[in-house]
Amino acid sequence: MTSTVDTPADASRSTPSSGLIAVAQAPGWVRYALLAVGLAVAAWLPNGLYPAVAVDILCWALFAVAVDLLLGFTGLMSFGHAAFWGTSAYVTGLVAIHAGLPFPLAVLAGALAAAVLAVPIGYLAVKRTGIYFAMVTLAFAQMVYYVANEWRSVTQGENGLQGVPRSFFGLDLTDDYFFYYAILPIVLLGLAAAWRIVHSPFGRVLVGIRDNPARARALGYPVHRYKLTAFVLSGFIAGLGGGLFAVGHRFVSLDVLHWTTSGKAVIVVVLGGIGTLWGGVLGAGIVVRLEDWLSFSGFEAIGLVTGGIFVLVVVLFRRGIWGSVAALAHRLAARRR
Amino acid sequence: MTGFAQNTFNGLVSGAFYALLALGLAVIFGMLRVVNFAHGAFYMLGAFGAYVLLTEAGVPFWAALVIMPVGLGLLGMALERAVIHRLTKLDPLYNFLLTFGLTLILQDLVKLRYGVQSSPYATPSLLSGSVDFGLFDFPTYRVFILGFTVLLCVAVWWALTRTRIGMVVRAATERPDLTRALGIDVGRWVTPVFGFGIGLAGLAGVLAAPMRAVNPLMGADLIIVVFAVVVIGGLGSIFGSVAAGFGIGLVQAWGESYLSNFPIVSQTIVFIVMAGVLLWRPAGLFGREEAPA
Repeated sequence: MTSTVDTPADASRSTPSSGLIAVAQAPGWVRYALLAVGLAVAAWLPNGLYPAVAVDILCWALFAVAVDLLLGFTGLMSFGHAAFWGTSAYVTGLVAIHAGLPFPLAVLAGALAAAVLAVPIGYLAVKRTGIYFAMVTLAFAQMVYYVANEWRSVTQGENGLQGVPRSFFGLDLTDDYFFYYAILPIVLLGLAAAWRIVHSPFGRVLVGIRDNPARARALGYPVHRYKLTAFVLSGFIAGLGGGLFAVGHRFVSLDVLHWTTSGKAVIVVVLGGIGTLWGGVLGAGIVVRLEDWLSFSGFEAIGLVTGGIFVLVVVLFRRGIWGSVAALAHRLAARRR
Repeated sequence: MTGFAQNTFNGLVSGAFYALLALGLAVIFGMLRVVNFAHGAFYMLGAFGAYVLLTEAGVPFWAALVIMPVGLGLLGMALERAVIHRLTKLDPLYNFLLTFGLTLILQDLVKLRYGVQSSPYATPSLLSGSVDFGLFDFPTYRVFILGFTVLLCVAVWWALTRTRIGMVVRAATERPDLTRALGIDVGRWVTPVFGFGIGLAGLAGVLAAPMRAVNPLMGADLIIVVFAVVVIGGLGSIFGSVAAGFGIGLVQAWGESYLSNFPIVSQTIVFIVMAGVLLWRPAGLFGREEAPA
């Protein structure tokens, strides 16, 4: 994470990368085994959970990975990613309703719209770092929220977009169980793209910028442009998730743009483990499942629980789940050597 | 002319709330490097506390105006000691996240007990009615808020420039490392300053109770505007936060009355101004440019 100069040396700075290194240095068979387990869980998920919840988990997994791309690998904490998630949800919904396109195309349109929106917001936001970056992204996201609220002729204001279709060349996807398998390839594609970005030379430069912006600049990398590119890519991936979320719920409400949605995305990443990518997926599964369970049991103060988890994680458990497990595995491996 | 004066006046009144909240954020940030997301929640607690004191214990407005800021200030100090203190050596982002979590908790606690409905709070009888300024008249209560806030800002200004603790706070806000290097024990002042900032938020909440809808979410949207205000003013600058607070109140009030045909613009004008300021002066109008990180 980026910190201002006058901050004392950040004890946690090594945390994000250590989890990553632990996994990256694990023997090949461990990584393939983990991948196989992950794919098996993804294939089984709607059989073990309500399919609607499983669909939400997939969407939130993309959202979390998008946020982690910035937070964990570029050192930028966006607290306004609901702007991209929500914009894509609205554009996807509008395209699906008015143009009747098959849903993957509508989602693509939504994600592209999110990426386009990410250009000006990112251009302004990357001028600041650390806590300022968080506040600036938060404020711009709120601006998008107000626009959606006031532009009633398009967004239907507080009523939201009703009846987003799930059209796909005549296939019947009204059942969430089948819809889950219809979107799974798109989500896996998005996750693979994020993995590719992080492990590309571009991704290594991002990590270099995160760890030491001055050094990256001295080496001749245009730091602002790299950050902006990461921001737009992240907006696109968050948009993929938001678009699928809109089609999944067949409804878009203003909630998708609210600042608590941005905050929840960061919670999911921190819980799963900053800078681990897969941690975000895990976090999404836990938070979505927990929220569903809480609302199902009629508990009205979900924020009390999610906020409480958040406080505990930040105070006691900053590596998150995946980060802690990876660090433990790393330590065990080091001892055996 | 009358309309303009009225808009200007109302803008200054809402600016007074921004200024109080931004001032608290600025001193807390100065001493602790914590951007307190929970500031809005403490504002809400101030208003709710005043409401509960009145309806459940018959405590009048004037007493609440003292009890709530002091009580919340003490709560803030306890909170600083209990959790925030543990994170001071870490990246400021962790504190931002921590206070975000606290916001969700505080909001939902109030929501559980009192629901999401707005609760009415009567204007104290001494301040009901309106003051005649010749051409136009303004509600007495708003005149009071404006006068009180300006006095308070002047008092804080005096304390910051004329007292020893003020000197420490200013020095730590501008150059924390240098202040420490000069042998000043910054740590001693951290907890009281945090409590003071929270107290200001609580005070703003009590002041808001008679004129704004009292509900658990009242601080949530306000705090994001206040974040925009401090980005505009420059978070490192105490003066900048107050000036930008009043300025943004004015811009917003003017926007709402003269751009009312363009609700999208008038609702987002604060953020448009913020975008312009970021283009022109990324460190904020009164902020010092960060050393390149």
